[in-house]
Amino acid sequence: MALVSVKDLHKSFGELEVLKGIDLEVEAGEVVAIIGRSGSGKSTLLRCLNQLERHDWGTILLAGQRLDGGAMSPGELSQNVGMVFQSFNLFPHKTVIENVMLAPVVVKQTPRDEARKVAERVLDKVGMLEKVDAYPAQLSGGQQQRVAIARALAMQPKVLLCDEVTSALDPELVGEVLHVLENLAAEGMTLILVTHEMTFARDVSHRVVFMHQGHIHEEGDPQTLFSRPSTPELGQFIASIL
Amino acid sequence: MIDFTLWDIVRNLLLAGRWTVVLSLIAFTGGAVVGLILTLLRMGGLWPVRWLVRLYVDLFQGTPLLMQLFLAYFGAAALGVDVSAWTAASVALTLFTSAFLCDIWRGCVEAVPSGQWQAARVLGLNYLQSMRHVILPQALRLAVPPTVGFSVQVIKGTALASVIGFVELTKAGTMLNNAAFAPFTIFALVALGYFILCYPLSRYARYLEKKLYGAGIR
Amino acid sequence: MTLDFSTLLPYMDEILKGLVTTVWLTAVTTFAGIALAIIVAYIRDGAPGVASRLLGAYVEVTRNTPFIVQLFFLFFGLPALGVPISATVAALLAMVLNLGAYTAEILRAGLDSTTRGQHEAARALGLSRLQSFRHVVLVPAFSRVYPSLISQCIIVMLGSAVVSQISVFDLTYAANFIQSRTFRGFEVYLVVTLIYLLLAVGLRLAFEFVGRRLFAFRQGAV
Repeated sequence: MALVSVKDLHKSFGELEVLKGIDLEVEAGEVVAIIGRSGSGKSTLLRCLNQLERHDWGTILLAGQRLDGGAMSPGELSQNVGMVFQSFNLFPHKTVIENVMLAPVVVKQTPRDEARKVAERVLDKVGMLEKVDAYPAQLSGGQQQRVAIARALAMQPKVLLCDEVTSALDPELVGEVLHVLENLAAEGMTLILVTHEMTFARDVSHRVVFMHQGHIHEEGDPQTLFSRPSTPELGQFIASIL
Repeated sequence: MIDFTLWDIVRNLLLAGRWTVVLSLIAFTGGAVVGLILTLLRMGGLWPVRWLVRLYVDLFQGTPLLMQLFLAYFGAAALGVDVSAWTAASVALTLFTSAFLCDIWRGCVEAVPSGQWQAARVLGLNYLQSMRHVILPQALRLAVPPTVGFSVQVIKGTALASVIGFVELTKAGTMLNNAAFAPFTIFALVALGYFILCYPLSRYARYLEKKLYGAGIR
Repeated sequence: MTLDFSTLLPYMDEILKGLVTTVWLTAVTTFAGIALAIIVAYIRDGAPGVASRLLGAYVEVTRNTPFIVQLFFLFFGLPALGVPISATVAALLAMVLNLGAYTAEILRAGLDSTTRGQHEAARALGLSRLQSFRHVVLVPAFSRVYPSLISQCIIVMLGSAVVSQISVFDLTYAANFIQSRTFRGFEVYLVVTLIYLLLAVGLRLAFEFVGRRLFAFRQGAV
């Protein structure tokens, strides 16, 4: 059974239909890269997966359980699906470790010392352990994003959603974040990323999904997709990126 | 005890309310004129002048309006200068308004990008010409919302004139209450009177601010 | 007309008594008013409802009527409704309600300027609205509007001079007291005005000191 199962997903913003019937299945441990032009609906699809956007039609199942329509509380949802944002969105008034510990303590009611251990573990995993007491304002973009990843991981989700997590970074900082994601993938984390990093999509993901005008236009393994696109739209898109 | 009808109360309050409006207008227009002069001095004078204006503003912003009224009325009397409540209230409120408006307008002038000054300078305009043709028109746009907002403070400030015996809306309220013993009704009506004067101005100031900055651009 | 400040010397006790009253009124009002404002801002920040609209009315009425009228309304009006109230309690209540309304509005601007990203990050982590308000949104919003907050507290402190009108023995009452005995209006009002000025300066310094500590996170890397 697929970990994430999306069936006939529709979403409109006012008059504009952004998702026109999406079917997608993601297995546990899979790394799926969603690519496409801006406006193709890729971010919207991602944000429906953790209900930041409420879809208008269709179902979303996580490990066989419905997660839409209020079936899961936000607290439950965050323990199953984590999200990392393009603009990091770290809490500026809290230190690195407080940022990571907040949700486990407040939402899961984890005792503080236990939460601290978990926090230190995930911060170590992203390579930010020496900065536990720093404030976000004192960190570079790449460092902040790595903390954001740790913050999402602290809730021990089954799936991690990454919404263009390197797009807001200076080029020389992109690598450290992609490196962290690579390691997570190697450890078997289920990742669904919206990304422009084609090299990453090609080398690290198991499957690439190309979205175009609200539909999944093509999907398949990265090697085939990038070297032999079946549709002209994908061909044009690849040409414009690379 | 005289028997008062509701209409008696309302009528007396309305009559007194006239003086609230008159005093507010005097204070606001007088304060605007003095405030404008002070703003010009603050922005362009020699540094002792600028410093004096700053001191003036700090004094009026850092002391109670009630004290300013007392100084203007009782203080002046004690110095041998005989002033009426009208004069004292008008002078005190005018100076009070001028200080706050000067501060508001200074902020608006400073909000005009410095590049505008430089552009005016290299075109050969002197200080007054720059102010008149380039800076003030732009500062004016920025100044309208907070100035309208401050007019509300002026109207509320006139209520303190009642303490030195000036008969306006609040004083009428206390006098009526002494005669009629209906404090809840009377002061509710007094509050309503101020609300009717102030709320439209507050809303207008908010509308102007939204128009200027758009919603959510902060 | 000669100025003689020495006539005030025998009344230092009264001035001190008035000063203490003004200071503790201000202190209590600051804490209680801000606490009230936080609650009001939270309720108003949520979905529109009866509570939200009632509180909105409270804020608008308070901000569009003079403090002296609010004071008289509470002090003279409540007993007429059968609720006995002392001058000091009326003064404190009026000041707290006054500061609460203005601060709630100031805080609302701060809350409105919270980025969508912060809200989304809190939601994605599973925080409830209350948890998000308490842990994520409130402190940064506060830090953004802190200068306005300081100014408002000073305004309320200076505005407290009016409570002398209901015979609360504050600094202004002391001034009137001394004036009625010495007839040295100018000297006593000048001195008391200067004391208020020092209080205003001191209050601002205290707030700025606290602010530097509370909001240290705003400093970037050195």
